[in-house]
Amino acid sequence: MKIAFTTSGDDLNAPFDSRFGRSPKFLIYDLDKNSFEVFDNQQNLNAAQGAGIQSAETIARLGAGALITGHCGPNAFKVLNAAGIMIFNTKASTVADALESYKSGKLQQLDNADVEGHWA
Amino acid sequence: MVIAVASGKGGTGKTTVSVNLAKAFGSAVQLLDCDVEEPNAHIFLNPSVSSEKVVNILVPEVDETRCDGCGECSRFCEYSAIVSFGSKPLVFPEMCHGCGGCARVCPKNAIHEVQKRIGVVKSSEAGNIVLIEGVLDVGVAMAPPLIRAVKSSLNKNLPAILDAPPGTSCPVIATLRDVDFVVLVTEPTPFGLNDLRLAVDMVRQLGIPFGVVINRSGAGDDRVHAYCYEEQIPLLMEIPDDRKIAEAYSRGSLIIEALPEYRGIFKGLINKISELKEQALSK
Repeated sequence: MKIAFTTSGDDLNAPFDSRFGRSPKFLIYDLDKNSFEVFDNQQNLNAAQGAGIQSAETIARLGAGALITGHCGPNAFKVLNAAGIMIFNTKASTVADALESYKSGKLQQLDNADVEGHWA
Repeated sequence: MVIAVASGKGGTGKTTVSVNLAKAFGSAVQLLDCDVEEPNAHIFLNPSVSSEKVVNILVPEVDETRCDGCGECSRFCEYSAIVSFGSKPLVFPEMCHGCGGCARVCPKNAIHEVQKRIGVVKSSEAGNIVLIEGVLDVGVAMAPPLIRAVKSSLNKNLPAILDAPPGTSCPVIATLRDVDFVVLVTEPTPFGLNDLRLAVDMVRQLGIPFGVVINRSGAGDDRVHAYCYEEQIPLLMEIPDDRKIAEAYSRGSLIIEALPEYRGIFKGLINKISELKEQALSK
């Protein structure tokens, strides 16, 4: 399975970003191959509206089966849910920490949006 | 003639200028309150005989039996109001600007449009003034379609004053589009000047003739005056920083009724706008 992480950097040691829709980048980690790729999210970072929806569409297209982020708003949740993507939230400081927490089963799956729209 | 009263900064006196200008017209004039998130011109006018019209926008509804999940609708929508993943699209009506594009691009005719209420347009009369105000429903974020509905009630044979929302974004642009002249109201403070610059940039891009009104003149400094002089922007009127004006305002009274000595400066404003509009036309 592929997991999407929200980050502002380019590798596993990069800072974890708590925002989903307006995360600067997505790191897509492939659990089967133990490799990753980073995708820019600049377009949604600057979107006037619908950043969460667009970002959800982006990671669905990238083949993610799970998302690990800080928070998830109601519209993004609807799209992720429709796309069958599991959502986990964490306060990890780096992507590597977040990945480690996931692997050791410490992360709780979100069954609903945990913030209001436009919370940031 | 259609005059819009706008400002970059909020609370500079757009409504004060709009209602007093309308009253100073003397003859029949329309006042359109386009500040649909918080319309307040009515407070100064106590209008009677009111009619109310519900304003809807059209939002998409998907017929699942026809949709084959091609995603054309999703690719077309600039506002992420409809999203598709090879299955039935998800619709977010609160994001929809009601353009109808998704229904047009759908190759399967699987999308039709349904009405969604966004607010009301109220019409009333107060003396020489026909007041038309837009009131956006609580929780609705789409001001421009309601502003366009307010403007569609405009009678082209009568002069009109449009009280704009503050700022320089979509609701203001929707208000200013197709007007003959823009009055930018500011105050002589660093905040007023900063936001006036933004408003001037906006009006210049729209290519509409404009001038500046300084409210609470004498309260701050002379940097707004210097800016207007440098930029060759006509200074249309100055409203003094007079405690009596603030008192009248706080009672919901019109300046020109409570303080007849100011009637002349509003009459002068009308004349100045007419002159500048003629000059702009002859250019």
